[in-house]
This record gives sequence, C-alpha cells and structure tokens, in this order.
Amino acid sequence: MRRMIPVILVGVLALVVTPLQAAGMRTIGLSISTLNNPFFVDLRDGAKAAAGRLKVDVVVLDAQNDSAKEANGIDDLIQKKVSLVIINPTDSDAIVPTVKKLNAAKIPVITVDRGASGGDVVAHIASDNVAGGAMAAAYVGKRLGGKGNVVMLEGIAGTSAARDRGKGFRDGLTKFPGIKIVASQTADFDRAKGLQVMENILQAQKKIDAVFTQNDEMALGAIQAIGAAKRDKEMFVVGFDAISDALTAVKAGKMAATIAQQPKEMGRLAVEAAVKILNKQAVPKFTPVPLKLITK
Amino acid sequence: MASNRAATVPPARPPGARRIPTFLRRFGMVAALALLMAAISFLSSAFLTVSNLLNIALQVSINAIIAAGMTFVILTAGIDLSVGSVLAFSGAIIAGVLAAGRPVLLAIVTGLVIGALLGLVDGIVITKGKVQPFIATLAMLTLARGMTLVYTDGRPITGLPDAFVWLGAGSVAGVPVPVIVMLLVFVVSYVILSQTPFGRYVYAIGGNEEAARLSGVNVLLDKTLVYVISGTLSAISAIIITARLNSAQPTAGVGYELDAIAAVVLGGTTLAGGEGSLWGTLLGAFIIGVLNNGLNLLNVSSFYQQVVKGIVILLAVLLDRRLR
Repeated sequence: MRRMIPVILVGVLALVVTPLQAAGMRTIGLSISTLNNPFFVDLRDGAKAAAGRLKVDVVVLDAQNDSAKEANGIDDLIQKKVSLVIINPTDSDAIVPTVKKLNAAKIPVITVDRGASGGDVVAHIASDNVAGGAMAAAYVGKRLGGKGNVVMLEGIAGTSAARDRGKGFRDGLTKFPGIKIVASQTADFDRAKGLQVMENILQAQKKIDAVFTQNDEMALGAIQAIGAAKRDKEMFVVGFDAISDALTAVKAGKMAATIAQQPKEMGRLAVEAAVKILNKQAVPKFTPVPLKLITK
Repeated sequence: MASNRAATVPPARPPGARRIPTFLRRFGMVAALALLMAAISFLSSAFLTVSNLLNIALQVSINAIIAAGMTFVILTAGIDLSVGSVLAFSGAIIAGVLAAGRPVLLAIVTGLVIGALLGLVDGIVITKGKVQPFIATLAMLTLARGMTLVYTDGRPITGLPDAFVWLGAGSVAGVPVPVIVMLLVFVVSYVILSQTPFGRYVYAIGGNEEAARLSGVNVLLDKTLVYVISGTLSAISAIIITARLNSAQPTAGVGYELDAIAAVVLGGTTLAGGEGSLWGTLLGAFIIGVLNNGLNLLNVSSFYQQVVKGIVILLAVLLDRRLR
C-alpha cells in the first residue's frame, strides 16, 4: 500500500495539472483603457461572461487611462505567453509599438471600441456609428410622419464618430423625402457650444420640428437653448451615447431619445471572436456592435 | 503716465502725435465690424433683428469678460493662458457648493475667491518666482484643469437652484443678465484702468518695466494684481457659463484663452504691452461673436467655417494696419 502512495500522488497531480495546462493554452489577455468608467466595466463584464460560457480564461488589466501602463501590462502578458490579447487602447497611436511587439511574439491581437493606427490587428470590434445615425433618422422620420424641418448638430469636424453618425443620419433621412435638414452645424461634441450654436440656429430658423445631435452633450446644451427661447413645444431632440445626464433628461421628457452603445455586447463579441481565432476559424476584420434606441 | 510711456516712443516722434493713431486704430476695428455686419445682414434676414443682436451680446459676454481681464495682463506685456482652466475650476466649485444646498451668494463668493486665489498664485510665481508669464500660466492651465477633473471626477455637476440659473438665463427689461454683467465689468475695468494710479502703472509697466520701477511704481504688487483681476474675471465668466448650462462641465473653457487673446489683439492691444484699450477688446470680442453667429445663420459647412474665420481675422487685422 505504501508503494502505491507516490503513484496515487502522481496520478492526482496529473489530474490536477492537465486541465490547468489546457486552460493555460487558452488564456486571453484583456487590456482595458480604464475601469474607472461604467462603460468599460460593462465591457469587462460582458467579456467575462462570454469567457465563462466558452471555457477560456481571461486576465483583465486596467491601464487607468495611461498608455505607458497599458504597454507595460501587455509586456507582462507576452511574458505569460497568453494565446491572444484583446486591447481597448487608451490611445490609437500610442498602442502601435505594443501591437507590433505582439505581432513579433506571434500572439494574435483584437481591438475593441478604439482601434490601433498601425500593426497587424486580426479583428476590430466597435459600435456601428453609421447604423446609430440611421436609427436616429428612422425615429425622427417616423415621429414626424415623414414631413418636417430637421436640424443636426455635428461633432468635431474630421472625427470618425462625427463622420459616421452624420452619414448614417443623412442616408437614413433619404427614405423620407418630406424631411429637410434646414441646418447642420458643428458644435464640437461640447455642451457649451451646443447651447450657443443652437441659439444661433433658433434665430435663423423659424420652424424646426426635430433636432439630432451627434452626441448627448450637445443635445443637453441645445435643450437649454430651446427652453430659453420657449420653443420646446415646437421640436424634440434626439441625442447619442446615452450618458447618465441624457438618460435623466429622457426620463423627464426633456429629451425624446438617445442612442445607446452596448459595451456588454462589445465584450461578448470580442471574446467570441477570440475563441474563433484560437480555433483557427475565420473572423471578419470589423465586427459592428449593434446600438439601441432609448426612449421614455 | 506720459513720462513713462514716452520712454517707449522713438524720440523723433512728437508725443502729441500719438492721439491720432489711437483714434484711427479704434476706427479701423469699428469699420471692420461694420463691414462684417453689413455683409451678414445682406446674406441673412435673421441677422439684423433685436432678438439676434441680444443673442450675440449674450454669447459674447463670456469671452468678453475673460478678455477684459486678459487686457490688463497683456497691457503689462504678460499673458494668461490659464483663464479657461480657472473658469472650469471655479465653475465646478460653485456648482459643488450649490449642489450641497448652500446659499447662492456663498457659492458665488467662493467661486470668485477661488478665481482670485488661482490668479494670485499665477502672479506670485511670475513676480516672486521670476517665471515667464507664458510658462507660469501654462502650468496653471494644466494644474487647474487637473484639479477640476479630480473635484468633479470627470462628470458634470448638475442640480442647481433656479435663483442661480437666473444669472445665466434671466433678463432685466429684455436685456439678458450676462449682458448686464458684461457691461458692468467693462465700465468698472475702464474706470480702474483710466482713472486710478494703478491703471496708469499697468500701462507704465507694459511700456517699460524698468523705467516704471525706477520711477517708484511697485511693479511686483501691480503685476501680481493684474493676474488676480484676470482670475477673478474668469470666475465671473464661470458663474455665467455654469448658470447658462445649468451645470458645471469638467471640460468647460477648453481653448477659451485663445478666444480671449484674439479679442484683445483684434481690439488693437499689442502683445508687447503698454498700448491698447478696453473698448477695443470689447469690439474684438464682438467681431468674433458676430462671425460665429453669422456662420451659423448662413449654415456654412463646418469645414469652411474655420477657413472663413481665419480669413476674416486676417482681413480685420490688415485693415487695422492700413488705417494706422
């Protein structure tokens, strides 16, 4: 019996270690720009839930919005020999050397929410801003019964979010030939500028039926302007992003709707793509994450 | 004042001749503003209405008040890059005090004291620490923005009482409260600058700091005070913008220093110090405000807006040069 003990020990050890090793083969690193923002906490939770379901390990790193910290954390992941790294970059440019390092170590890279400006990224997963703009257009078109004057407040000129949300909205409105965009002006994604630009547009446009702003900050500024001009019965405002102030405004009936990104979905889709890549299945270069219209 | 300023004037020029260029310089900017307004009213019928002109005055108020403080600073040959961040921090503190349910007056006084204190730090670092104004206020720009983010945790502060919101949204006899505040600020600043010894010293320091010091001006004190004024006026703008937005924004005031400097320089105050006027600054602020308003009324595409703004500012300054 005594002689059996080492054999049993080895057997037990083997039983314990084998699955650990198997799990070690399938460990995914997830580097998040900051967990000090509910959006990214949701993203992490979505990723973890999906990982539990698909039986992979996820190591989550919080870069605390510091590009250097993010780079160091991912260096550690390379040392740990993880199978794949999902990056939510703090900065699209600063992350490039790190992506190249991962490429050199032959570890596949997926980016979520923000992309990387260089290096080899297998898949990018982010909200579909064009679809979000179209969603806002469909809501405005339906609520106006296909007829009316619409104002759009644009984001910072030249940013991809402004471009995509604007394109989606304009394209979506082509389905409603009776609706005219009477003014489309930039307010730089800023609440104070949203207020000011809306004040000016209210001076120029005597009849406005709806306002679409490419983010909620501008919507909240525009609502102040519309309220001060006592024209809040004349028009409704649709924002984008579903920030907490906007959700409060929607609940209070001051804002008609906002478009919400779905960070949990983002996390889930990222991990699902990761598992497909590890199983040598094909994944699309860009996976759009669906958005959600939020009304009262 | 005359003796101090004379030190900067080339000796060949008779001192009395300076009156006329000053008048013409002001006339040049009035002409530029009139031309701009004529052009926009020709293109948009919505422009030349009482409600739109009041709207422009309302929008100009925030930049004009900051620019009034900036005029004091630039007259001493200094610069204050920290105005936007000081505005953000005072605004956050004001909203914080209000959100805690404290009286409006306490919130306002606290905000003004914060603005004055940050200006005082700028001034002491510049005078006692002998740091260039550009660097000292650049550091404050970062520091005050950082403190704002820490204090607000990066989120807007909302839930302000109606009595406070009135300061931004209310009006007296049809004139918006911020416009009245702006006019008060300019009248008081004008009196300080033209009727008090301190005002004369401000010009003297900018004209020739060494000469001012030798003729007995307390340069350290007066230079420090100029930054305190700038900080306090930034805090007054903070009250207005916080009330107008019914919330304090962590990113409030980003880039405001450039708008203020543009208004001062468009108004004919030289960055070299010693020469310029408050009324010019008010005019400069209105040129910028009319331009922004006009571009919105005419629905000019956002890409072209910046091109047009750049061209109009260049033309205004060139016209000004021509008339000198």
